[in-house]
Amino acid sequence: MSTDRPNLTGAGNPRLTNRMPQTDAATVALARDGNSEAFRALVERHSRAVYRLAHRMTGNPSDAEDVVQETFLKAYRQLGRFESRANFGTWLHRIAVNCSIDLIRSRPHREAAHDAADLEEIGTPGTQDTTQRTPERLMLSTEVQDRITEAMSTLSQRERAAFVLRHFEGHSIDDISRSLGLKANATKHSIFRAVRKMRAALEPFVASE
Amino acid sequence: MKNHLTEDDLILHYYGELAGHDEAIVAAHLGACKDCQKDFRQLQRVLAAVDESAFAGPELPEHFERTVWARLEPNLRRDRSGWLSWFVFSPGRLAWVSLVLVLVTAAFVAGRLSPRTGTPDAGAGADPTTAQIRERILLINVSDHLEQSQMVLIELLSGDDQQPISFAGERTRAGELVAANRLYRLAATAPADAGIASLLDDLEPVLIDIAASPENVSSQELDELRRRIESKSLLFKVRVVSQDVRQRQRTSVRERAGQRSSL
Repeated sequence: MSTDRPNLTGAGNPRLTNRMPQTDAATVALARDGNSEAFRALVERHSRAVYRLAHRMTGNPSDAEDVVQETFLKAYRQLGRFESRANFGTWLHRIAVNCSIDLIRSRPHREAAHDAADLEEIGTPGTQDTTQRTPERLMLSTEVQDRITEAMSTLSQRERAAFVLRHFEGHSIDDISRSLGLKANATKHSIFRAVRKMRAALEPFVASE
Repeated sequence: MKNHLTEDDLILHYYGELAGHDEAIVAAHLGACKDCQKDFRQLQRVLAAVDESAFAGPELPEHFERTVWARLEPNLRRDRSGWLSWFVFSPGRLAWVSLVLVLVTAAFVAGRLSPRTGTPDAGAGADPTTAQIRERILLINVSDHLEQSQMVLIELLSGDDQQPISFAGERTRAGELVAANRLYRLAATAPADAGIASLLDDLEPVLIDIAASPENVSSQELDELRRRIESKSLLFKVRVVSQDVRQRQRTSVRERAGQRSSL
Protein backbone atom coordinates (compact mmCIF):
# COMPACT_ATOMS: atom_id res chain seq x y z
CA MET A 1 0.00 0.00 0.00
CA SER A 2 1.25 3.43 -0.88
CA THR A 3 2.56 5.40 2.08
CA ASP A 4 1.42 8.76 0.80
CA ARG A 5 -2.25 7.84 0.99
CA PRO A 6 -4.21 10.43 2.92
CA ASN A 7 -4.50 9.67 6.55
CA LEU A 8 -7.99 8.87 7.79
CA THR A 9 -7.07 9.11 11.41
CA GLY A 10 -8.15 11.89 13.70
CA ALA A 11 -11.05 13.16 11.64
CA GLY A 12 -12.52 16.20 13.30
CA ASN A 13 -9.76 16.23 15.84
CA PRO A 14 -9.13 19.79 17.01
CA ARG A 15 -5.44 18.99 17.46
CA LEU A 16 -5.22 18.45 13.75
CA THR A 17 -6.76 21.82 12.99
CA ASN A 18 -4.44 23.44 15.51
CA ARG A 19 -1.41 22.09 13.69
CA MET A 20 -2.55 23.80 10.52
CA PRO A 21 -1.75 27.42 9.68
CA GLN A 22 -4.32 29.85 10.99
CA THR A 23 -4.90 31.60 7.68
CA ASP A 24 -6.79 30.05 4.78
CA ALA A 25 -4.14 31.27 2.33
CA ALA A 26 -1.37 29.27 4.01
CA THR A 27 -3.61 26.23 4.48
CA VAL A 28 -4.66 26.36 0.82
CA ALA A 29 -1.00 26.47 -0.19
CA LEU A 30 -0.36 23.26 1.76
CA ALA A 31 -3.49 21.63 0.31
CA ARG A 32 -2.34 22.52 -3.20
CA ASP A 33 0.89 20.69 -2.50
CA GLY A 34 -1.15 17.55 -1.87
CA ASN A 35 -1.45 17.78 1.90
CA SER A 36 -4.83 16.17 2.58
CA GLU A 37 -4.76 17.20 6.24
CA ALA A 38 -4.65 20.81 5.10
CA PHE A 39 -7.67 20.25 2.90
CA ARG A 40 -9.44 18.64 5.82
CA ALA A 41 -8.72 21.74 7.90
CA LEU A 42 -10.36 23.85 5.18
CA VAL A 43 -13.38 21.54 5.17
CA GLU A 44 -13.64 21.86 8.93
CA ARG A 45 -13.44 25.65 8.78
CA HIS A 46 -15.95 26.19 6.01
CA SER A 47 -18.40 23.28 5.88
CA ARG A 48 -20.98 24.86 8.19
CA ALA A 49 -21.12 28.06 6.15
CA VAL A 50 -21.42 26.07 2.93
CA TYR A 51 -24.20 23.98 4.44
CA ARG A 52 -26.12 27.07 5.58
CA LEU A 53 -25.93 28.58 2.10
CA ALA A 54 -26.90 25.29 0.45
CA HIS A 55 -29.82 24.83 2.81
CA ARG A 56 -31.02 28.35 2.11
CA MET A 57 -30.86 27.68 -1.60
CA THR A 58 -32.33 24.19 -1.71
CA GLY A 59 -34.55 24.20 1.37
CA ASN A 60 -33.80 20.57 1.99
CA PRO A 61 -31.26 19.13 4.47
CA SER A 62 -30.41 16.14 2.34
CA ASP A 63 -29.91 18.24 -0.79
CA ALA A 64 -27.83 20.67 1.26
CA GLU A 65 -25.56 17.82 2.37
CA ASP A 66 -25.15 16.76 -1.25
CA VAL A 67 -24.25 20.32 -2.21
CA VAL A 68 -21.64 20.45 0.58
CA GLN A 69 -20.03 17.27 -0.76
CA GLU A 70 -20.11 18.44 -4.36
CA THR A 71 -18.75 21.86 -3.41
CA PHE A 72 -15.71 20.51 -1.62
CA LEU A 73 -15.10 17.91 -4.29
CA LYS A 74 -15.11 20.63 -6.96
CA ALA A 75 -12.97 22.90 -4.81
CA TYR A 76 -10.48 20.07 -4.38
CA ARG A 77 -10.33 19.46 -8.12
CA GLN A 78 -9.99 23.15 -8.92
CA LEU A 79 -7.58 24.05 -6.15
CA GLY A 80 -4.84 24.50 -8.72
CA ARG A 81 -6.88 27.24 -10.37
CA PHE A 82 -7.55 29.14 -7.16
CA GLU A 83 -5.67 32.41 -7.08
CA SER A 84 -3.84 32.72 -3.80
CA ARG A 85 -4.62 36.43 -3.53
CA ALA A 86 -8.35 35.71 -3.56
CA ASN A 87 -10.39 34.90 -0.51
CA PHE A 88 -10.87 31.15 -0.17
CA GLY A 89 -14.23 31.52 1.61
CA THR A 90 -15.60 33.73 -1.17
CA TRP A 91 -14.33 31.36 -3.83
CA LEU A 92 -15.89 28.39 -2.06
CA HIS A 93 -19.12 30.32 -1.62
CA ARG A 94 -19.30 30.87 -5.38
CA ILE A 95 -18.76 27.17 -6.03
CA ALA A 96 -21.49 26.31 -3.53
CA VAL A 97 -23.95 28.70 -5.20
CA ASN A 98 -23.21 27.08 -8.57
CA CYS A 99 -23.58 23.57 -7.15
CA SER A 100 -26.92 24.54 -5.60
CA ILE A 101 -28.09 25.99 -8.90
CA ASP A 102 -27.00 22.84 -10.75
CA LEU A 103 -28.94 20.71 -8.31
CA ILE A 104 -32.05 22.88 -8.57
CA ARG A 105 -31.88 22.90 -12.35
CA SER A 106 -31.51 19.13 -12.46
CA ARG A 107 -34.82 18.70 -10.68
CA PRO A 108 -38.15 18.55 -12.49
CA HIS A 109 -39.71 21.97 -12.30
CA ARG A 110 -42.58 22.24 -9.84
CA GLU A 111 -44.30 25.55 -9.25
CA ALA A 112 -46.74 26.09 -6.45
CA ALA A 113 -50.10 26.80 -8.03
CA HIS A 114 -51.82 27.93 -4.87
CA ASP A 115 -50.24 31.23 -4.01
CA ALA A 116 -53.37 32.73 -2.55
CA ALA A 117 -53.93 29.81 -0.20
CA ASP A 118 -50.28 29.92 0.84
CA LEU A 119 -50.44 33.61 1.54
CA GLU A 120 -53.58 33.20 3.59
CA GLU A 121 -52.05 30.42 5.60
CA ILE A 122 -48.79 32.26 6.19
CA GLY A 123 -50.62 35.43 7.08
CA THR A 124 -52.43 33.81 9.99
CA PRO A 125 -50.16 34.19 12.98
CA GLY A 126 -51.50 31.08 14.65
CA THR A 127 -53.22 31.29 17.99
CA GLN A 128 -50.49 33.31 19.62
CA ASP A 129 -51.36 36.77 20.79
CA THR A 130 -48.63 39.08 19.61
CA THR A 131 -50.26 42.35 20.55
CA GLN A 132 -48.70 42.47 24.02
CA ARG A 133 -45.16 42.29 22.76
CA THR A 134 -43.06 45.12 21.51
CA PRO A 135 -41.91 44.93 17.90
CA GLU A 136 -38.30 45.32 19.00
CA ARG A 137 -38.54 42.20 21.15
CA LEU A 138 -40.34 40.29 18.49
CA MET A 139 -37.87 41.27 15.83
CA LEU A 140 -35.18 39.31 17.59
CA SER A 141 -37.36 36.50 18.77
CA THR A 142 -37.30 32.96 17.61
CA GLU A 143 -40.90 33.45 16.58
CA VAL A 144 -39.78 35.64 13.70
CA GLN A 145 -37.19 33.05 12.77
CA ASP A 146 -39.88 30.40 12.80
CA ARG A 147 -42.14 32.51 10.62
CA ILE A 148 -39.37 33.09 8.11
CA THR A 149 -38.50 29.40 8.04
CA GLU A 150 -42.16 28.58 7.56
CA ALA A 151 -42.56 31.14 4.79
CA MET A 152 -39.39 29.92 3.08
CA SER A 153 -40.73 26.38 3.15
CA THR A 154 -43.80 27.47 1.18
CA LEU A 155 -41.68 28.86 -1.66
CA SER A 156 -41.36 26.77 -4.77
CA GLN A 157 -37.83 25.76 -5.64
CA ARG A 158 -37.64 28.46 -8.30
CA GLU A 159 -39.00 31.17 -6.01
CA ARG A 160 -36.63 30.14 -3.29
CA ALA A 161 -33.54 30.08 -5.50
CA ALA A 162 -34.40 33.42 -7.14
CA PHE A 163 -35.17 35.09 -3.81
CA VAL A 164 -32.06 33.77 -2.05
CA LEU A 165 -29.81 34.77 -4.93
CA ARG A 166 -31.35 38.26 -5.08
CA HIS A 167 -31.88 38.97 -1.41
CA PHE A 168 -29.02 37.19 0.34
CA GLU A 169 -26.45 36.83 -2.40
CA GLY A 170 -27.01 40.18 -4.09
CA HIS A 171 -27.11 38.80 -7.65
CA SER A 172 -28.89 40.90 -10.25
CA ILE A 173 -32.12 39.66 -11.83
CA ASP A 174 -30.33 39.30 -15.16
CA ASP A 175 -27.62 37.13 -13.60
CA ILE A 176 -30.20 35.03 -11.77
CA SER A 177 -32.15 34.53 -14.99
CA ARG A 178 -29.02 33.30 -16.72
CA SER A 179 -28.08 31.01 -13.84
CA LEU A 180 -31.51 29.46 -13.50
CA GLY A 181 -32.24 29.39 -17.21
CA LEU A 182 -35.31 31.61 -16.89
CA LYS A 183 -36.63 34.63 -18.71
CA ALA A 184 -36.14 37.88 -16.79
CA ASN A 185 -39.89 38.25 -16.28
CA ALA A 186 -40.18 34.76 -14.79
CA THR A 187 -37.33 35.56 -12.39
CA LYS A 188 -38.98 38.84 -11.40
CA HIS A 189 -42.27 37.13 -10.73
CA SER A 190 -40.58 34.45 -8.66
CA ILE A 191 -39.00 37.19 -6.54
CA PHE A 192 -42.28 39.11 -6.27
CA ARG A 193 -44.11 36.01 -5.08
CA ALA A 194 -41.39 35.22 -2.59
CA VAL A 195 -41.42 38.76 -1.17
CA ARG A 196 -45.22 38.67 -0.91
CA LYS A 197 -45.01 35.47 1.08
CA MET A 198 -42.39 37.03 3.36
CA ARG A 199 -44.60 40.07 3.87
CA ALA A 200 -47.61 37.93 4.65
CA ALA A 201 -45.58 35.99 7.19
CA LEU A 202 -43.83 38.90 8.87
CA GLU A 203 -46.09 41.92 8.68
CA PRO A 204 -48.01 40.92 11.80
CA PHE A 205 -44.68 41.03 13.62
CA VAL A 206 -42.99 44.16 12.34
CA ALA A 207 -43.93 47.63 13.41
CA SER A 208 -46.32 49.45 11.13
CA GLU A 209 -47.10 53.18 11.13
CA MET B 1 -47.28 59.61 -11.94
CA LYS B 2 -50.84 59.92 -10.74
CA ASN B 3 -51.41 56.33 -9.66
CA HIS B 4 -49.69 54.90 -6.65
CA LEU B 5 -46.69 52.65 -7.10
CA THR B 6 -47.34 48.93 -7.26
CA GLU B 7 -45.78 46.49 -4.86
CA ASP B 8 -43.70 45.15 -7.77
CA ASP B 9 -42.33 48.67 -8.41
CA LEU B 10 -41.40 48.98 -4.75
CA ILE B 11 -39.66 45.60 -4.72
CA LEU B 12 -37.65 46.43 -7.84
CA HIS B 13 -36.77 49.82 -6.37
CA TYR B 14 -35.70 48.20 -3.10
CA TYR B 15 -33.32 45.88 -4.93
CA GLY B 16 -32.06 48.62 -7.25
CA GLU B 17 -33.37 46.76 -10.28
CA LEU B 18 -35.11 49.64 -12.06
CA ALA B 19 -33.43 51.09 -15.09
CA GLY B 20 -32.62 54.81 -15.37
CA HIS B 21 -35.92 56.38 -16.46
CA ASP B 22 -38.19 54.04 -14.47
CA GLU B 23 -36.01 54.52 -11.40
CA ALA B 24 -36.26 58.29 -11.73
CA ILE B 25 -40.08 58.14 -11.98
CA VAL B 26 -40.39 55.84 -8.97
CA ALA B 27 -37.95 57.90 -6.91
CA ALA B 28 -39.81 61.11 -7.77
CA HIS B 29 -43.16 59.57 -6.86
CA LEU B 30 -41.80 58.21 -3.60
CA GLY B 31 -40.47 61.67 -2.76
CA ALA B 32 -43.93 63.16 -3.13
CA CYS B 33 -46.42 60.44 -2.09
CA LYS B 34 -46.85 59.76 1.62
CA ASP B 35 -48.87 56.56 1.09
CA CYS B 36 -46.21 55.03 -1.11
CA GLN B 37 -43.49 56.11 1.32
CA LYS B 38 -45.37 54.31 4.06
CA ASP B 39 -45.71 51.16 1.92
CA PHE B 40 -42.04 51.28 1.04
CA ARG B 41 -40.95 51.65 4.67
CA GLN B 42 -43.08 48.65 5.59
CA LEU B 43 -41.44 46.61 2.83
CA GLN B 44 -38.03 47.71 4.07
CA ARG B 45 -38.88 46.62 7.62
CA VAL B 46 -40.02 43.18 6.48
CA LEU B 47 -36.98 42.58 4.33
CA ALA B 48 -34.70 43.90 7.07
CA ALA B 49 -36.23 41.30 9.40
CA VAL B 50 -35.38 38.63 6.87
CA ASP B 51 -31.81 40.02 6.77
CA GLU B 52 -31.49 39.99 10.52
CA SER B 53 -32.68 36.45 10.77
CA ALA B 54 -30.13 35.50 8.09
CA PHE B 55 -32.35 32.44 7.82
CA ALA B 56 -30.04 30.26 9.84
CA GLY B 57 -31.45 26.88 8.81
CA PRO B 58 -31.46 23.81 11.02
CA GLU B 59 -29.18 23.31 14.03
CA LEU B 60 -26.18 21.25 13.01
CA PRO B 61 -24.72 18.58 15.27
CA GLU B 62 -21.42 19.22 17.00
CA HIS B 63 -19.65 16.60 14.89
CA PHE B 64 -21.01 17.97 11.61
CA GLU B 65 -17.55 18.69 10.17
CA ARG B 66 -16.37 15.17 10.97
CA THR B 67 -19.27 13.59 9.14
CA VAL B 68 -18.73 15.86 6.13
CA TRP B 69 -15.10 14.76 6.01
CA ALA B 70 -15.94 11.08 6.51
CA ARG B 71 -18.18 11.18 3.45
CA LEU B 72 -15.85 13.33 1.42
CA GLU B 73 -12.51 11.67 2.08
CA PRO B 74 -13.07 8.42 0.14
CA ASN B 75 -14.12 10.46 -2.91
CA LEU B 76 -11.05 12.68 -2.66
CA ARG B 77 -8.81 9.66 -2.37
CA ARG B 78 -10.43 8.11 -5.44
CA ASP B 79 -10.15 11.42 -7.23
CA ARG B 80 -6.48 11.75 -6.40
CA SER B 81 -5.66 8.20 -7.36
CA GLY B 82 -7.37 8.58 -10.72
CA TRP B 83 -10.07 6.39 -12.13
CA LEU B 84 -7.69 3.66 -13.29
CA SER B 85 -6.23 3.01 -9.87
CA TRP B 86 -9.77 2.79 -8.50
CA PHE B 87 -9.88 -0.54 -10.29
CA VAL B 88 -6.21 -1.47 -10.01
CA PHE B 89 -6.20 -1.19 -6.22
CA SER B 90 -9.42 -3.10 -5.95
CA PRO B 91 -9.62 -6.40 -7.81
CA GLY B 92 -13.12 -6.80 -6.36
CA ARG B 93 -14.35 -3.68 -8.11
CA LEU B 94 -12.65 -4.75 -11.28
CA ALA B 95 -14.52 -8.04 -11.05
CA TRP B 96 -17.86 -6.25 -10.63
CA VAL B 97 -17.22 -3.98 -13.55
CA SER B 98 -16.22 -6.97 -15.68
CA LEU B 99 -19.42 -8.70 -14.64
CA VAL B 100 -21.47 -5.66 -15.63
CA LEU B 101 -19.78 -5.58 -19.02
CA VAL B 102 -20.42 -9.31 -19.50
CA LEU B 103 -24.08 -8.90 -18.54
CA VAL B 104 -24.58 -5.94 -20.84
CA THR B 105 -22.85 -7.76 -23.72
CA ALA B 106 -24.88 -10.92 -23.07
CA ALA B 107 -28.12 -8.94 -23.03
CA PHE B 108 -27.16 -7.25 -26.27
CA VAL B 109 -26.30 -10.54 -27.97
CA ALA B 110 -29.47 -12.20 -26.61
CA GLY B 111 -31.51 -9.31 -27.95
CA ARG B 112 -29.95 -9.67 -31.40
CA LEU B 113 -30.36 -13.44 -31.56
CA SER B 114 -33.81 -13.89 -30.02
CA PRO B 115 -36.68 -14.19 -32.56
CA ARG B 116 -38.90 -11.12 -32.82
CA THR B 117 -42.59 -11.83 -32.35
CA GLY B 118 -45.34 -9.33 -33.15
CA THR B 119 -44.85 -5.61 -33.16
CA PRO B 120 -43.27 -3.80 -30.26
CA ASP B 121 -45.70 -2.28 -27.81
CA ALA B 122 -45.05 1.42 -27.83
CA GLY B 123 -46.56 1.90 -24.38
CA ALA B 124 -44.69 -0.89 -22.72
CA GLY B 125 -42.22 1.46 -21.02
CA ALA B 126 -38.61 0.51 -20.22
CA ASP B 127 -37.03 -2.53 -21.84
CA PRO B 128 -37.55 -5.42 -19.38
CA THR B 129 -34.08 -6.79 -20.18
CA THR B 130 -32.49 -3.54 -19.05
CA ALA B 131 -34.57 -3.53 -15.87
CA GLN B 132 -33.59 -7.13 -15.13
CA ILE B 133 -29.91 -6.39 -15.68
CA ARG B 134 -30.16 -3.34 -13.48
CA GLU B 135 -31.79 -5.41 -10.76
CA ARG B 136 -29.20 -8.19 -11.01
CA ILE B 137 -26.31 -5.77 -10.79
CA LEU B 138 -27.86 -3.97 -7.85
CA LEU B 139 -28.52 -7.22 -5.99
CA ILE B 140 -24.98 -8.48 -6.54
CA ASN B 141 -23.48 -5.23 -5.29
CA VAL B 142 -25.85 -4.80 -2.38
CA SER B 143 -25.31 -8.37 -1.27
CA ASP B 144 -21.55 -7.81 -1.14
CA HIS B 145 -21.97 -4.43 0.51
CA LEU B 146 -24.24 -5.81 3.23
CA GLU B 147 -21.84 -8.63 3.94
CA GLN B 148 -18.99 -6.19 4.46
CA SER B 149 -21.16 -3.87 6.56
CA GLN B 150 -22.28 -6.80 8.64
CA MET B 151 -18.66 -7.69 9.38
CA VAL B 152 -17.92 -4.14 10.54
CA LEU B 153 -21.00 -4.16 12.79
CA ILE B 154 -20.20 -7.60 14.23
CA GLU B 155 -16.62 -6.60 15.05
CA LEU B 156 -17.89 -3.48 16.69
CA LEU B 157 -20.57 -5.19 18.73
CA SER B 158 -18.44 -8.12 19.82
CA GLY B 159 -15.20 -6.30 20.77
CA ASP B 160 -13.77 -6.19 24.28
CA ASP B 161 -15.26 -3.13 25.94
CA GLN B 162 -13.01 -3.01 28.99
CA GLN B 163 -10.07 -1.41 27.21
CA PRO B 164 -9.83 1.66 24.96
CA ILE B 165 -10.29 0.15 21.53
CA SER B 166 -8.24 0.78 18.42
CA PHE B 167 -10.70 1.52 15.72
CA ALA B 168 -8.42 2.06 12.76
CA GLY B 169 -9.51 -0.99 10.73
CA GLU B 170 -13.24 -0.53 11.19
CA ARG B 171 -12.95 3.17 10.52
CA THR B 172 -11.14 2.73 7.24
CA ARG B 173 -13.58 0.07 6.08
CA ALA B 174 -16.59 2.11 7.18
CA GLY B 175 -15.17 5.10 5.30
CA GLU B 176 -14.99 3.02 2.13
CA LEU B 177 -18.49 1.66 2.66
CA VAL B 178 -20.08 5.11 3.08
CA ALA B 179 -19.71 6.12 -0.57
CA ALA B 180 -20.90 2.72 -1.79
CA ASN B 181 -23.85 2.80 0.60
CA ARG B 182 -24.97 6.12 -0.75
CA LEU B 183 -24.65 4.96 -4.35
CA TYR B 184 -26.71 1.82 -3.78
CA ARG B 185 -29.31 3.72 -1.75
CA LEU B 186 -29.83 6.11 -4.67
CA ALA B 187 -29.95 3.20 -7.12
CA ALA B 188 -32.55 1.25 -5.12
CA THR B 189 -35.53 3.03 -6.61
CA ALA B 190 -37.75 0.15 -7.74
CA PRO B 191 -40.77 -0.67 -5.52
CA ALA B 192 -39.23 -4.08 -4.78
CA ASP B 193 -36.11 -2.33 -3.45
CA ALA B 194 -37.93 -0.32 -0.77
CA GLY B 195 -36.61 -2.60 2.02
CA ILE B 196 -33.04 -2.25 0.75
CA ALA B 197 -33.33 1.53 0.47
CA SER B 198 -34.75 1.79 3.97
CA LEU B 199 -31.97 -0.34 5.46
CA LEU B 200 -29.26 1.60 3.62
CA ASP B 201 -30.86 4.78 4.91
CA ASP B 202 -30.48 3.52 8.50
CA LEU B 203 -27.02 2.13 7.87
CA GLU B 204 -25.47 5.26 6.37
CA PRO B 205 -25.37 7.50 9.47
CA VAL B 206 -23.91 4.65 11.52
CA LEU B 207 -21.18 4.01 8.95
CA ILE B 208 -20.46 7.74 8.83
CA ASP B 209 -20.18 7.83 12.63
CA ILE B 210 -17.79 4.88 12.65
CA ALA B 211 -15.70 6.44 9.89
CA ALA B 212 -15.61 9.76 11.73
CA SER B 213 -14.79 8.36 15.17
CA PRO B 214 -11.36 8.90 16.73
CA GLU B 215 -8.63 6.29 16.34
CA ASN B 216 -9.01 5.02 19.88
CA VAL B 217 -12.49 5.11 21.29
CA SER B 218 -13.25 5.00 24.99
CA SER B 219 -15.62 2.37 26.34
CA GLN B 220 -18.30 5.07 26.78
CA GLU B 221 -18.03 6.12 23.15
CA LEU B 222 -18.15 2.52 22.08
CA ASP B 223 -21.22 1.92 24.27
CA GLU B 224 -22.91 4.90 22.66
CA LEU B 225 -22.17 3.58 19.18
CA ARG B 226 -23.39 0.12 20.12
CA ARG B 227 -26.56 1.57 21.58
CA ARG B 228 -27.25 3.32 18.28
CA ILE B 229 -26.74 0.13 16.33
CA GLU B 230 -28.83 -1.93 18.71
CA SER B 231 -31.62 0.61 19.07
CA LYS B 232 -32.32 0.28 15.37
CA SER B 233 -31.80 -3.51 15.40
CA LEU B 234 -29.39 -2.75 12.60
CA LEU B 235 -27.50 -6.01 12.59
CA PHE B 236 -30.72 -7.98 12.56
CA LYS B 237 -32.08 -5.88 9.69
CA VAL B 238 -28.84 -6.31 7.72
CA ARG B 239 -29.13 -10.08 8.10
CA VAL B 240 -32.80 -10.15 7.10
CA VAL B 241 -32.30 -7.95 4.05
CA SER B 242 -29.16 -9.91 3.08
CA GLN B 243 -31.20 -13.10 3.11
CA ASP B 244 -33.91 -11.45 1.09
CA VAL B 245 -31.37 -10.18 -1.44
CA ARG B 246 -29.82 -13.62 -1.79
CA GLN B 247 -33.28 -15.15 -2.24
CA ARG B 248 -34.05 -12.64 -4.99
CA GLN B 249 -30.75 -13.45 -6.65
CA ARG B 250 -31.61 -17.18 -6.61
CA THR B 251 -35.09 -16.52 -8.01
CA SER B 252 -33.60 -14.36 -10.73
CA VAL B 253 -31.09 -17.11 -11.66
CA ARG B 254 -33.90 -19.70 -11.80
CA GLU B 255 -36.04 -17.45 -13.98
CA ARG B 256 -33.21 -16.91 -16.40
CA ALA B 257 -32.48 -20.64 -16.51
CA GLY B 258 -36.20 -21.26 -17.24
CA GLN B 259 -36.17 -18.68 -20.03
CA ARG B 260 -33.10 -20.27 -21.61
CA SER B 261 -34.54 -23.79 -21.52
CA SER B 262 -37.81 -22.65 -23.08
CA LEU B 263 -36.01 -21.13 -26.07
